[in-house]
Amino acid sequence: MSSVLYDTPGPRAKVRNWIYSGIFVVLFGLVLWWALSLMADKGQLDADKWTPFVTDSQVWTTYLIPGLIETLKAGALSMVIALPLGAALGIGRLSDHAGVRAAVGAWVEFFRAIPVLMLMLFSSALFSPQLMDVPSDTRPFWAVVTGLVLYNSAVIAEIVRAGVLSLPKGQAEAAKAIGMRKGQTMTHVLLPQAVTAMLPALVSQLVVILKDTALGGALLGFAELLSMNRQIAANYSNTIATMFVIALIYIAVNFTLTTVASWLEKRLRGSKKSTGAVLGAEEVDDPVPGANTAAGA
Amino acid sequence: MFDFLDSGQYDVLGAFWVTVQLTLYSAVGSLIWGTVLVGMRVSPVPLLRGFGTAYVNLVRNTPLTLVVIGCSLGLSQTLGINLGGETFKETGFRLAVLGLIAYTGTFVCEALRSGINTVPVGQAEAARALGLSFFQVLTLIVLPQAFRAVVAPLTNVLIALTKNTTVAATIGVAEAALLMKEMLENEAQAVFAVFAVFALGFVLLTLPTGLLLGWVAKRVAVKR
Repeated sequence: MSSVLYDTPGPRAKVRNWIYSGIFVVLFGLVLWWALSLMADKGQLDADKWTPFVTDSQVWTTYLIPGLIETLKAGALSMVIALPLGAALGIGRLSDHAGVRAAVGAWVEFFRAIPVLMLMLFSSALFSPQLMDVPSDTRPFWAVVTGLVLYNSAVIAEIVRAGVLSLPKGQAEAAKAIGMRKGQTMTHVLLPQAVTAMLPALVSQLVVILKDTALGGALLGFAELLSMNRQIAANYSNTIATMFVIALIYIAVNFTLTTVASWLEKRLRGSKKSTGAVLGAEEVDDPVPGANTAAGA
Repeated sequence: MFDFLDSGQYDVLGAFWVTVQLTLYSAVGSLIWGTVLVGMRVSPVPLLRGFGTAYVNLVRNTPLTLVVIGCSLGLSQTLGINLGGETFKETGFRLAVLGLIAYTGTFVCEALRSGINTVPVGQAEAARALGLSFFQVLTLIVLPQAFRAVVAPLTNVLIALTKNTTVAATIGVAEAALLMKEMLENEAQAVFAVFAVFALGFVLLTLPTGLLLGWVAKRVAVKR
């Protein structure tokens, strides 16, 4: 295989590649061996630390699956609320009225600049008995959802704005030419196409939201997937094995979503019906982290 | 309304200083780790490419919170790796930086990889025709141009990193989010004021960064 950076390897390059591979395998093996022997020393490799995940279905029915459901519930609900809110904000930012543009712009930039965790902590304090008195058993859930909605509606607003701006100018001009009003142009011509164009970006934003729910478990007592590690480890004293399994579940769910996003992107880019405007997962500012982006938390 | 700031009970500036330090150390570390990763991902050795791809895909899909808590519970408390930290405070800070580097490095890697794609093929071909090796082509010709092309995406990664340092609160590092949590609990009557203080702190940290690096991005971009 040839690429920008190197030619198809000849006989000497092939030998060199084998040598590099060999060195890498040895180094990687050493690190792995060191890690495993350290884990063995602390008894983390003992069979009884790992078998519960296979033999004891209670680990799954009592902890992991309910935790995953809470995570998915908070993620899906946040997305469902943040989507229309973000769409409204995104359109507001494209408004013809300078005042509306400025106000919405300030709101969006403000909530994009604040870490999600702080928005969650703030919501949690807001829902406290003194102020709004949300029942204490559902308070962590609502605090997490509120925090995620505030942050992600701002991010989605930017996605929507970028989606509308990515459309060819002729679309709006044609709508104007046949006598459509501003609102009609937006709802009948621009938005439907923008939504299609930004589907991949939205699906990958869902990954960011799902990852961020883990913050609520760590600091607000929300019973999501990651927070289950404490309870499982308390029962079986298998911290590392539990972390490992929980990480695998997150990776499986998020990897599926990422794959769906890039499949959508490819499909939309390839289809002849669209205007060709597609907003990829990486094309919107502020990858989160977790991350919050893409680079979210 | 803001009298809780004068009580001397809370060291807001100190907490934000920890946030800044977390950001700086992690930024330098993840820039290095991300460059190494991208070197692997574009290298001619299939095994290295495989490792780079697997690492990026696995870590990017794991919550940062899990990475950081994993460092604390797994590495430090279970396996006893404290990264040379003497006290709980020192260890927590170093573990948080390690977790942030491991996580943010993947985003740096992906940003750089898109930058490598902006370098015209002809340049690498010309460099190869001169007899430069893969390593020379990468470090002398391609990466310098790629870096200049990705200042803007890297700025976004840096801003996300700044916000992500709050995750260190989950392992007890005394940075802004942890102090905010404490203050919200103690000053229940001033919820909005407390939030305003910390929100302002973050706006002050991220806004100038974005503006400054946005200007830099325009200056250094390779005109083609």
